[in-house]
Amino acid sequence: MFTYITRRVTGTIPVIILISLLVFMLVQSAPGDPADLLLSDEATEQDVAEARARWGLDQPVWVQYWKFFTAAIQGDLGTSFRYADPVLSMILDRLPATIELSAFSILIAVVFGVPLGVWAGARPNSWADNFGSLFGFFGISMPNFWFGIMLILLLSGVLNLLPSSGRDTYGIASDPITGFYLLDSILHRNWKALWDGLAHIIMPAIALGTNMMGILMRVTRSSVLEVMHEDYITTARAKGVNERNVLWRHAVRNAMIPIITVVGLELGTLLSGSIIVETVFSWPGSGQLLISAITARDYPLITGTVLTYTMIFVVINLVIDVLYAVIDPRIRFDK
Amino acid sequence: MRQESIDLMGVLLSVRDLQTSFFTSDGEIRAVDGVTFDIDEGATVGLVGESGCGKSVTALSIMRLLSRGTGRVVGGEILYRGENLAEYSEAGMRRIRGNEISMIFQEPMTSLNPVFTIGEQIGEAVRLHQGVSAREARNRAVEMLRLVKIAEPEKRIKDYPHQLSGGMRQRVMIAIALSCNPRLLMADEPTTALDVTIQAQILDLIGELQERLGMAVLLITHDLGVVAQQADDVAVMYAGRIVERAKPEIIFSRPMHPYTVGLMNSVPGATGKRRRLEAIPGIVPSPLDWPSGCRFRTRCTRADDACAHSPPELVEVEPGHWVSCLKVSAADAPVLAVEA
Ligand SMILES: Nc1ncnc2c1ncn2[C@@H]1O[C@H](COP(=O)(O)OP(=O)(O)OP(=O)(O)O)[C@@H](O)[C@H]1O
Ligand SMILES: [Mg+2]
Repeated sequence: MFTYITRRVTGTIPVIILISLLVFMLVQSAPGDPADLLLSDEATEQDVAEARARWGLDQPVWVQYWKFFTAAIQGDLGTSFRYADPVLSMILDRLPATIELSAFSILIAVVFGVPLGVWAGARPNSWADNFGSLFGFFGISMPNFWFGIMLILLLSGVLNLLPSSGRDTYGIASDPITGFYLLDSILHRNWKALWDGLAHIIMPAIALGTNMMGILMRVTRSSVLEVMHEDYITTARAKGVNERNVLWRHAVRNAMIPIITVVGLELGTLLSGSIIVETVFSWPGSGQLLISAITARDYPLITGTVLTYTMIFVVINLVIDVLYAVIDPRIRFDK
Repeated sequence: MRQESIDLMGVLLSVRDLQTSFFTSDGEIRAVDGVTFDIDEGATVGLVGESGCGKSVTALSIMRLLSRGTGRVVGGEILYRGENLAEYSEAGMRRIRGNEISMIFQEPMTSLNPVFTIGEQIGEAVRLHQGVSAREARNRAVEMLRLVKIAEPEKRIKDYPHQLSGGMRQRVMIAIALSCNPRLLMADEPTTALDVTIQAQILDLIGELQERLGMAVLLITHDLGVVAQQADDVAVMYAGRIVERAKPEIIFSRPMHPYTVGLMNSVPGATGKRRRLEAIPGIVPSPLDWPSGCRFRTRCTRADDACAHSPPELVEVEPGHWVSCLKVSAADAPVLAVEA
């Protein structure tokens, strides 16, 4: 297992290099010049030229990339044009908010999607199944930003139940330990802050997680439905195993294999969805940072953020592969 | 009178006029339609017939494991040790399954759960029915693997099904089935999917364990050669019905139902003599629409108009030899004829 993971990690290095090159090129080729956008209207020709020289924009793209690359492997993602802060620390400040929101969305998606799918798959064509299918269809077909806006309109606007933006109410949060508000509040036993954090996260998390929940519920349903026709399910019944254990012990474990694949694939969609949802809910995460960096043509910040997202994808894929091996003995590695 | 009650006591399972149907969008599939046979304690009954004649459905009806929603026993009764299994609650039935009556299946490659170890799968039944600890269940699993002659059982219990060959997996299935000392083992074509050399080993193993543990066996097969060696009683099934029933010596020396005769001719060497392989002409009729009267008449060389009118009864043409055919009468039975 260890050698497998090492092999996988080394295998991802060329992927990351390639992606960094691609992002670098794309960012550079986007229309709009940062110097024009970031400097004030009164800036002279000379000011602009100075800024371009300071940012290295006067050099050939290859030289720029090489500089970026050599710095990046030493852990330096450059300095933001706009804020003049190191890109890496800016991203690291914002990342916990994004991870927290995504993790909470996945939690909602899995906790509701999987059991609903199992429930529906075990009783095909029952009312439970029909209800589940409708629910899944609803989840899949709704764009998350639209759903987010609808939630804000209803729950914040009309009913005034939940805060419509941000991560916390000013002054309530505890000192950061991990950077994850919910976790920090629990560690500080600050229940008021926990409640406040939950009130803020629940709406964006629902907006972000509903799509994955719908997909999970559908995949789980069809996977369970298929597994329940396998011979080993009859064997389990013939042993005298009760229907509950036949389903939850014998069937679900096997049905998990396609479900995990889908979770892995959908995590990518979810993460990219978070960029929009963060903007809708003014969630102070790295997605919001990326959007503002793009508007300002803040090249180093764009490249750094996209590269960070790439790394997260790579790590997720690795975790998924390891999970496969845990669930399915047929794919266990060293033996 | 006295004789009869003793006979009844020896009967472990009695299937009486069993009728099982599947209700599908195409209509009612009468997969089993009037099957009657008894299995004595410790005896082996061979159930023989072509593919699709209802052998598996008969076994699944006994276990009450028909696919829910579509499959249902619509008539007859199944008495296990004198008690009607239809009257058992679902929980009561679960105490029978894997404990009193167990079953092994045709496809060893897919009958074991791929995500659990062999040890877990054998131990599960033991823990369920005997309420023992995980440790005792593990020991029992090792013991069972040794019983089915798998080398290094302590190591093997940690294996997953994909690490074993087909023959080994079928041995594991047997180990699971016998782990709680059942009184009846139903083996549904246990060797059909295996190599010829392995087939004999598995059958020998079942025979040997039966002698050792004293259980009864319902051996389902379409291979007459298999029942010739192992069965105390043979029932030949065609299109959801039993067409002939007798001891193997009788059936093999003087088959009477035209279908049985055809079946024998299609198996080289089953009758002891080498014959030209002679498949029965025609195809099995659809269970959605059985022929009227005798169901074999569409493929039978001896059939005439009378055969289409009413289904023939299963009659005892000589002691212990039952045949369901209008064209066969007691006069055809040489022994009976001589005695009469
Ligand atoms: N779940 C089901 N739904 C509908 N029809 C079924 C179902 N199971 C079995 N049948 C039908 O019942 C009939 C008997 O099937 P069965 O499996 O008992 O045959 P078999 O004698 O065991 O054959 P084989 O030698 O191929 O195993 C077949 O015609 C089949 O189409
Ligand atoms: Mg069958």
